[in-house]
Amino acid sequence: MADFPNSSTLAPQTTGEAVIQFSDVRIGFAEGEILQGVSFTAQPKETLVLLGETGSGKTLTLKIAAGLLRPDSGTVEILGERVSQMSERELLVLRRRAGFVFQEGALFDSLTVGENVAYRLHEDHENEEEIESRVREVLEFVELDHTMDQLPSELSGGMRRRVAIARAVVNRPAIVFYDSPTAGLDPITSQTIITLILRLRDIYGVTALLATQRLQDGFALANFYFDSASRRVRRDKRREKPRAVVTRFLVLRDGKVYFEGSPDDLLAAKDPYLQRFLI
Amino acid sequence: MAQTPLPITQPHSGSPETPSVAEVLLDAAKTSVLKVQDYSKLSFRSLTNLATAPRYMQDTLTQMDDIGVGSLPIVLLSGFFIGAVMVLQTGAQFERFGQSSLTGDVVSIALVRELGPTITGLLVAGRCASGIASELGSMLVTEQVDAMRAMGTDPSRKLVSPRVLATLIMLPLLTTISVFVGLVGGMVASVFSLRLGATTFWERAIAILQFSDLMQGFSKSVVFGFILATVGCYQGLNVRGGTQGVGRATTQAVVVSSVLIIVADTFLTKIALFLADKVF
Repeated sequence: MADFPNSSTLAPQTTGEAVIQFSDVRIGFAEGEILQGVSFTAQPKETLVLLGETGSGKTLTLKIAAGLLRPDSGTVEILGERVSQMSERELLVLRRRAGFVFQEGALFDSLTVGENVAYRLHEDHENEEEIESRVREVLEFVELDHTMDQLPSELSGGMRRRVAIARAVVNRPAIVFYDSPTAGLDPITSQTIITLILRLRDIYGVTALLATQRLQDGFALANFYFDSASRRVRRDKRREKPRAVVTRFLVLRDGKVYFEGSPDDLLAAKDPYLQRFLI
Repeated sequence: MAQTPLPITQPHSGSPETPSVAEVLLDAAKTSVLKVQDYSKLSFRSLTNLATAPRYMQDTLTQMDDIGVGSLPIVLLSGFFIGAVMVLQTGAQFERFGQSSLTGDVVSIALVRELGPTITGLLVAGRCASGIASELGSMLVTEQVDAMRAMGTDPSRKLVSPRVLATLIMLPLLTTISVFVGLVGGMVASVFSLRLGATTFWERAIAILQFSDLMQGFSKSVVFGFILATVGCYQGLNVRGGTQGVGRATTQAVVVSSVLIIVADTFLTKIALFLADKVF
């Protein structure tokens, strides 16, 4: 797999402060209140895995974090900016510093793969040569550089998700939000997607908020790391040592944070509800 | 490990009381007012966006091609035959009084003031308001609009303003072509049916027109263009209920824009006649 050549050019992380902070966030619709006071934080370079049943509010949490939805109450801070009180115009600027991978990819179906990935760079008025090289680079990273001129409809579901990841990280964002990136995919393709997420985290130190129903996605991120020297994914035997990259779990239930902790805490949990995720 | 299946969450229980008729009517009124408010805000933003960067000129040109050039065949065909049928209908009446030469005057005024902009507006509404609504609706339900927002793009700038601007430019042009072709159609019909000279028809059709007539037709086509583009965009960006909702929005876009065009036509005609008396 190819890597970005300039990992040092990543957007600067907020050091020492939470890059994602939810405080008593509530949102409801006609059918009732979905999030009922959700609070959590994510530190720089941390991967926070959101687990929960269907309808527990995982996608809502991600969309609120990205400023795509406004909470009814509570505060949300992303990269030190209070998104819950920003105008849409201000949010548009902030969102350029974050990437969002939608559940079904949400690729622009009338644009080719290359145009989809280049979209954000065109919006930023980068010069054509820079766009061409960045798009090729990021498509090589997801191993889809040969699909540059194809339309999304000509790709498989897994390939579309990989293009969506490429599009989300093409401008090297500090945070990436993943909405069920492996939902509906076969185990091998899911593994490819998780490996990509893992490489983005370990090479570029991207802070991630990942919503999923698959516990194994979270444990894969917690138990494996990408070794840049050997360029391979390896089992993390350093779990007991403090690491710059941390994976934590957050379980949502009935609109609230039901559990928050490390993979080991989750494995050790005696709670019957949490144990159902471990079956 | 727990062996029991996950508990099924009880559905949120609403009020057991059936709402009164007054409450239902009040809710419906509130919903309608909110829709009008949202539509007005979207329409206003579609214009104010044009004053500031970023402007999407490439998208505007693409839309001009799609809306303008794409609509040309139906506008040409319908324009020609509407002009012809106007001559056939009015010519027969004028012949009774031996004034068949007046046919050119009447057809010209009717086409420029009324039939050109209205029929073109309705035809383009049928073709383009539906197309805009279904395209934007499909983008909305497949989260492409959210993806756009997530990448820092304002959908009202990228999707709405180019379509509105393209329609504002192209509908007057299409109307002009439609009127011209309508007069050609009328001329052909008058030559073959009424045995009127082509030159006589054409000279009378041009001579009768005044500046106020041209302004009336032009202003109507601009307003109709604005209506059909904004209604199409509004319906598309407010789709609820997946692909079925896209179908509903498409139908609604055509129905609402067509009705609004006809209603607006009445008021515009009244205003134009008033201004023709007072100003021109």
